[in-house]
Amino acid sequence: MWHLLQIELFKISKRPRTYIAFAAIAAIVLIFQFAFKADGESYMNLMMQNIQDNFELDKSKAINGYFMCYIILNTLLVQVPILVALIAGDAISGEANMGTLRLLLTKPISRTQLLLVKFFASFIFTVVLLIWMAMIALFLSMAIFGVDDMLIFRAKGEESQILQITKDDILWRYFAAFGYAAIALTVIAALSILLSVFAENSIGPIVATVCIVIFFTIVSNLNVPIIDKNVKPYLFTSYLVGWKGFFYIGINDDGQPIKGSIENWGAIRKSLSILLAHIALFLGIAIAAFRKKDILS
Amino acid sequence: MNTILEINHLSKKYKDITAVDDLSFSVNSGDVYGFLGQNGAGKSTTIRMMLTLIEPTSGEIKIFGKLLHENRHEILSKIGAVIERPDLYKYLTAYENLKLFAKMSNVHVTHKLLMDQLDMVGLADRSESKVKTYSQGMKQRLGIGIALVHNPDLIILDEPTNGLDPLGIADIRNLILKLSTEMGKTVVVSSHLLSEIELIANRMIVIHKGKKIVEGFVKDLLDPSKTLVEIETTDNEFAKSVLKNSAFAPMIVDNNDKLHLTMNKTEISTLIKIMVESNVQIIAVTPRHSLEDYFLNLTKTA
Repeated sequence: MWHLLQIELFKISKRPRTYIAFAAIAAIVLIFQFAFKADGESYMNLMMQNIQDNFELDKSKAINGYFMCYIILNTLLVQVPILVALIAGDAISGEANMGTLRLLLTKPISRTQLLLVKFFASFIFTVVLLIWMAMIALFLSMAIFGVDDMLIFRAKGEESQILQITKDDILWRYFAAFGYAAIALTVIAALSILLSVFAENSIGPIVATVCIVIFFTIVSNLNVPIIDKNVKPYLFTSYLVGWKGFFYIGINDDGQPIKGSIENWGAIRKSLSILLAHIALFLGIAIAAFRKKDILS
Repeated sequence: MNTILEINHLSKKYKDITAVDDLSFSVNSGDVYGFLGQNGAGKSTTIRMMLTLIEPTSGEIKIFGKLLHENRHEILSKIGAVIERPDLYKYLTAYENLKLFAKMSNVHVTHKLLMDQLDMVGLADRSESKVKTYSQGMKQRLGIGIALVHNPDLIILDEPTNGLDPLGIADIRNLILKLSTEMGKTVVVSSHLLSEIELIANRMIVIHKGKKIVEGFVKDLLDPSKTLVEIETTDNEFAKSVLKNSAFAPMIVDNNDKLHLTMNKTEISTLIKIMVESNVQIIAVTPRHSLEDYFLNLTKTA
């Protein structure tokens, strides 16, 4: 299986389409960094317009590398699923479209093996994409803006909350957040591969994945009690932004942040379990369908 | 002679459409076996079932004496196939395509092996060119190179000359003949062109609407003195049993609705006499003159 995975990664690395994702991320991040370097204070004024009367803040220190990465991730992790779908949605349907699927399946490899290899290759692509994001959104921002304590603006129910995390308590949270994002984006990869099994061209599964993610995200953001209780807990999109949980630092009785703590570990564990269950479900259906499929392309 | 491939009562149905209907035939070691039928006759569906790309509705496929569905891995490792147009990875070079598929076939890949293979199909000097710059004929040759890279015992080529110019067709034909005569490979090659099969195959089968029309040695089937006789009776099973006990037994081609026999024209009267004396109720006896005429007629009426 390892040599099949190597072959799959080789194919991905040779395709020009692969590099669109890396270029797109770099372009967006660089625009953010340029904009904040040029006029970050306006953004901070906007964020703090409701609280600046009773909260003293050195804005030049608040815009630092850690804060920049948080802002970028908040924006990018909504778009990155599209980039993951671009590769994973092509996994089986792209081969069918090119006519290479029939050639692959006449080789002594099982369909389950082939699908798992496609899945692991998509997972590795997702991880590499996140490492790239970490390099330019986190480390490049740290180099450009420096490091300091980080402020998190959080909407909690009807209230707005500002959390402060000291600079020596941040980096591990980013590593954990990127790890969580890898799992969340792997759900998108598994969904794309599932849809890819039923299609004969790449566009269909890619567009379908994006539509499903957008639709479920809208539903996940609806604040209607009946949906909150009966629908949202079952949608994977409700957990895609769960990485933020690593930045919600625990607060002691005096209202002071507890270094190295997380407000709700249980919620993160539950979110991860649900995401992993979705991966298993999508992959299981994909394997069952692919094993039965007549290859007519 | 060893039977390499054995197809028994194979059928494939898609809802109301029967693509392959109770098809049986066998291929012996060393054969270049022609699989002839007009477009839509069921050739590709049969070949895809032989390669596990399509699940049969019923029937069994034995290759190298083993059931395909129970020994898929082992059997496929000894088969090389090109199905219709060999669409390869266009963004990779010929060398990279070959290397990749060789690894999938568990071949110990060396530079020499790959270059020898490319040389054999006449592509050594274009090994570093991306496949997207290749002509259809070159892609077809590379496809055959990929099919052969793991030194398979059985080679299955589905319409390998489709879309090629006359020079490309001659190239592929020579390559197939080389595989058979110089390398001793067993080849199953499908085509909708009788003239193609006639030039390369020693045995052949003709199928129409998923059913076998005739099977045998090419030299016998295309012998101008031979006639394909189609017999329709009130009870074909009874007619078949009568003929099986006669000198006509080896000439019978099994078919569901009608009986087909290949014979000399002069023998037709004897055939009718035997059936009448055995109380077979004959509805029609239709001589088809020759297989070529018969096949052309099929093509015209399609």
